[in-house]
Amino acid sequence: MRTKGIRTAVTLAAASSLLALTACTTDPSITENTGGATEGASPGATEQAEWFDQALYDEQNEQRSATFEGNPDEPWLQYIAGDMTDTSEFASEGEHKVCFANASISNPWRQTGWITMNQQLQVLQDEGVISEMETRDAKDNDNTQIADIDYFINEGNCDAFIISPNSTAALTPAVERACETGKPVVVFDRGVETDCATTFIHPIGGFAWGIDTANFLTERLQEGDKVVALRILPGVDVLEHRWAAAEKIFAEKGIEATDYFTGADPTEIKKIISDELATGDIQGVWMDAGDGAVAAIEAFEDAGKELPVMTGEDEMSFLRKWQETGIDALAPVYSNFQWRTPLLAVQKIFAGEEVPAEWVLPQEPITADELDEWLKRNEGMPDGHYAKFGGEDLPGYPEVWQQRQMP
Amino acid sequence: MSRTLHADSGAVLQQNRAGAGERFRRTLLTPGGAVFILLVVLLAAIIAVNPSFGEPESFIRFIGRTAPIAIAAIGQYFVIVAGEFDLSMGSVVTMQVIVAGNLIGDDDAKVIPVLLLMIALGALIGLVNGLATTLLKVPSFIVTLGMMLALFGLVMYWTGGAAQGNPADSFRQIGRGGIQDVPVLGIIPYPVIILAAAAALGFWLMRRPYGRTLIAVGDNATAAALTGTRVWWVRTRAFMLSSLAATVSGILLVGYAGVHPSVGRGYEFTAITAVVLGGVVLGGGRGWLLSAAAGAFALESLFTLLNFLGVQSTWRDTVQGVIIIVAVAAAARSWQRRRRGSTAPARAEQHRITATSAKPAEGTEQGGNGY
Repeated sequence: MRTKGIRTAVTLAAASSLLALTACTTDPSITENTGGATEGASPGATEQAEWFDQALYDEQNEQRSATFEGNPDEPWLQYIAGDMTDTSEFASEGEHKVCFANASISNPWRQTGWITMNQQLQVLQDEGVISEMETRDAKDNDNTQIADIDYFINEGNCDAFIISPNSTAALTPAVERACETGKPVVVFDRGVETDCATTFIHPIGGFAWGIDTANFLTERLQEGDKVVALRILPGVDVLEHRWAAAEKIFAEKGIEATDYFTGADPTEIKKIISDELATGDIQGVWMDAGDGAVAAIEAFEDAGKELPVMTGEDEMSFLRKWQETGIDALAPVYSNFQWRTPLLAVQKIFAGEEVPAEWVLPQEPITADELDEWLKRNEGMPDGHYAKFGGEDLPGYPEVWQQRQMP
Repeated sequence: MSRTLHADSGAVLQQNRAGAGERFRRTLLTPGGAVFILLVVLLAAIIAVNPSFGEPESFIRFIGRTAPIAIAAIGQYFVIVAGEFDLSMGSVVTMQVIVAGNLIGDDDAKVIPVLLLMIALGALIGLVNGLATTLLKVPSFIVTLGMMLALFGLVMYWTGGAAQGNPADSFRQIGRGGIQDVPVLGIIPYPVIILAAAAALGFWLMRRPYGRTLIAVGDNATAAALTGTRVWWVRTRAFMLSSLAATVSGILLVGYAGVHPSVGRGYEFTAITAVVLGGVVLGGGRGWLLSAAAGAFALESLFTLLNFLGVQSTWRDTVQGVIIIVAVAAAARSWQRRRRGSTAPARAEQHRITATSAKPAEGTEQGGNGY
């Protein structure tokens, strides 16, 4: 992911000069994603203005309390009632080949989802719905993913496309080209700026995450309290939306929030928290993703300070640390079980069943009351595993997730 | 400190007879000495901005958290002073972090064997870097760049780019724990002790024949070879020291922060910047080991200061880039002046300087004879 981009940049830069090199540890792929807009010197405030979208904010705020269609025991098939896409034209017998253009598996969230997806694939192969899934991993690179999609279109011999876009704007034309083939296209996780896809699958979204987490913190903190916001990287919509919503709420409630980009590097996180603790007390920690949450808590422990009120994610390492330290925390969830849904959508599409045009999956944070239950359900899972992975009924459970077996 | 002065011509030896105070002053004016002034100024500035930083407990923790990069700088110093580069350092750190995370897991019994394995791996990587550079005559820039990419690719293949979980707490204590209940300081973090040991060991090594030869090789490899030095083996050992230093950094970082494929990212350049900031000349032959370590502290202090001043951390790379250019330029000019000092007119000037300083020198010498 980021790091790969760095290495590439380093290689290129090394050819020209050593001196320039030191300046090249910034991630160029981010700049690529965002069109170089907000990176570098610009403070968080200007970014908020760019990413904040009142309409989307309001919509997701409502969806937080919406009723979902379908069986709550199978949240990966639930959706909010809305426009449906008629798929009768795709109805056909027999096995179909699916082509999957994946952005990357470069973080534990994507890896967990990727494992679940492959186990789901096994079920559908056994059922004779899917013959094979050809996957191309773009390794966090827009250009690679565009090439991957074009390869699928021209030579893939695909019956359906599943695309998990690396970035929003850059991948839009490629997704449109896939749509033009007249075959079903399923987009999931990050979005694109076109609605040509048969269905776009995603949990409620970043604003809902931001609202859940910021509300949790502001309820427990007082005006003037300090929150440190640890953010992975700029320029990815699902992450930017989380912060845009949270920043708005913090500002409204008079919470002093400082945000940092950490690259999920625990060394950075520890340094940031240590420095912040040296300048004054911190009452709250907000994270736009749970990767590195443990390092943040450890920084408080090492400094001998009172542990903060905190929001992390449903990653096992955080849930375990939460239980161990007994902090006041919330684990927002960017529903990992969404990785199952695209293949199940393909199944429905080839059966001619209608699917939601925008398939909004439930996204419920894990609260302190539910913590023990989720820990118990995921006993023996590795630290990088996500509690709401939703693969308990799939073959290979639990060994495949415990061993993190990836094809 | 006066090692490089010895390495210079006889005129400088004459200078060496100046009093301790005068020698100290002159030392501070070299690039390798100036970094200590810079460090003091930066620390003073940080304390001015944020007085609580100066409390013994926060300060010792700052030293502890800077220890990994200082140790990396010490390792990089050996390679740079021998006239080479080690760009593979960051990847070695990352690899060791992942090795520790994946192989130790929660099993305390595996701590020692894996630790030994990591040290062996570190030495092996250094050996390969060194042999490829010296025997295959591939420039070290390319060898270590290739090693950096190869190791990084291996790490990505192994992990898919995501963390697997932290190793046993007993292992992490090396980087996270410390001696508790120390008066005044409160705690002495183990990394501080390890850094002190590494610095002492490095300092001693540079005063051994190996260290002298290493500098000679960096200054003029041909001349060193003509005196019977096995240049290839001297340099190869420098690479091994560098990789081993990276390994120690990795062990400390696993403890301090935990396992993540981004740990160690950019370490090679931070280490090179630190070494250069410490007045060590790229191309080899000049510079002091402790100045390199001080360079690491100065760099981290600068980043901390910028952070306290509210400068966005995204500026850090730019700052680092500017520093490395300025430091290289300053060091080159300064050392050049010293070298030119050996030419006749300049030597005359030096004698004059020595002469003028003779009076106060005499005064100090009487008191300073005890040295």
